[in-house]
Amino acid sequence: MIDEIHHNFRKYDILVVNDGSLDQTGKLARQTHKASVIDLPFNLGIGAAVQTGFKYAFRHNYDIALQFDGDGQHMVNEISKIVSPVLDKKVDCMIGSRFIQNLDNFKSHPIRRIGIKLFGYISYLLIGQRIKDQTSGFRAFNKELIGFLARYYPTDYPEPEVIILIGKNGFRIGEVFTQMRERQGGVSSIPIARGPFYMSKVLLAMLMAALREKRIKPKNNV
Amino acid sequence: MYNGRIQLVAIAGSILLIVFILILIRKRRLKEEYSILWLFFSFVFLILSFWRGSIDWLAAKLGVAYSPAALLLVLLMAIFVIMIEFSTIISKISESNKNLAQDLGLLKEELDKLKNKNTKEETPNQVENNGQASDN
Repeated sequence: MIDEIHHNFRKYDILVVNDGSLDQTGKLARQTHKASVIDLPFNLGIGAAVQTGFKYAFRHNYDIALQFDGDGQHMVNEISKIVSPVLDKKVDCMIGSRFIQNLDNFKSHPIRRIGIKLFGYISYLLIGQRIKDQTSGFRAFNKELIGFLARYYPTDYPEPEVIILIGKNGFRIGEVFTQMRERQGGVSSIPIARGPFYMSKVLLAMLMAALREKRIKPKNNV
Repeated sequence: MYNGRIQLVAIAGSILLIVFILILIRKRRLKEEYSILWLFFSFVFLILSFWRGSIDWLAAKLGVAYSPAALLLVLLMAIFVIMIEFSTIISKISESNKNLAQDLGLLKEELDKLKNKNTKEETPNQVENNGQASDN
């Protein structure tokens, strides 16, 4: 997949964050010589791993950060679809959504689907914008958001919370339909059995994110 | 209901507790900032044991029919407050722990790059951020 991105988007730098995994992820990614690899010393959870990417992008002064799941769910050829609106400064954050067109075709556990729908309504209540695919991990962020998220990125199961956080802080969010493939490896970061726990944690986190005061604009010392 | 012996035991226990906490602080086994709550509640227990009627007075004030239950209530409150304090400390520590680990990862990557000295002259202006959670 690194090769695939590398071939199609030569002007992009690729960063792989290996969140304390003991399998070959870091090694394989490094062997391609096409990606920078950050190995975290132990498992920090998805939020902290993604935030590491933002910290990296902030340190190296990138204009755009593209978040892309490593399990092959996202399509490389759709990258420009979510990057270009950010480049054109139409939005601050663009989300690749599975559901914009038809929710029902997407193969997913029904409970998970209900949860995602519910998050959508809640985000509408909290920030006045209904993001249909709250849990999508296929997102592009502009420079201002890189600095912001390098400082304030939620941990654990962060995707819906990020939407509230940045919506609340006045960033513009866009959503566009993207294809999804079945995972090529690994499992969802949200096991079904832990669904209720996940739901309540995220709901609480979303509510608190909305209730919190606006963050001050990021300073240059992450 | 009270006799002299239980009062002596209670006073001795409270004083021992305070002394124990102070020794821990003196040996730097316990930080001052984390000992305040313990000391506070130890003094509360000391006062309760010196002042014989305090439990009955407290029970009457709170409307607790069985006055020893008021003592348990005070005890439970103390434990609750201290546990919540612990949770906030743990949250703070896990946040700084996370930041440390992230910075360590970033620095390692930078160090590796410097070591390899692959001097690529092209200045990067876009990044692919692969937010990958390991699932093991």
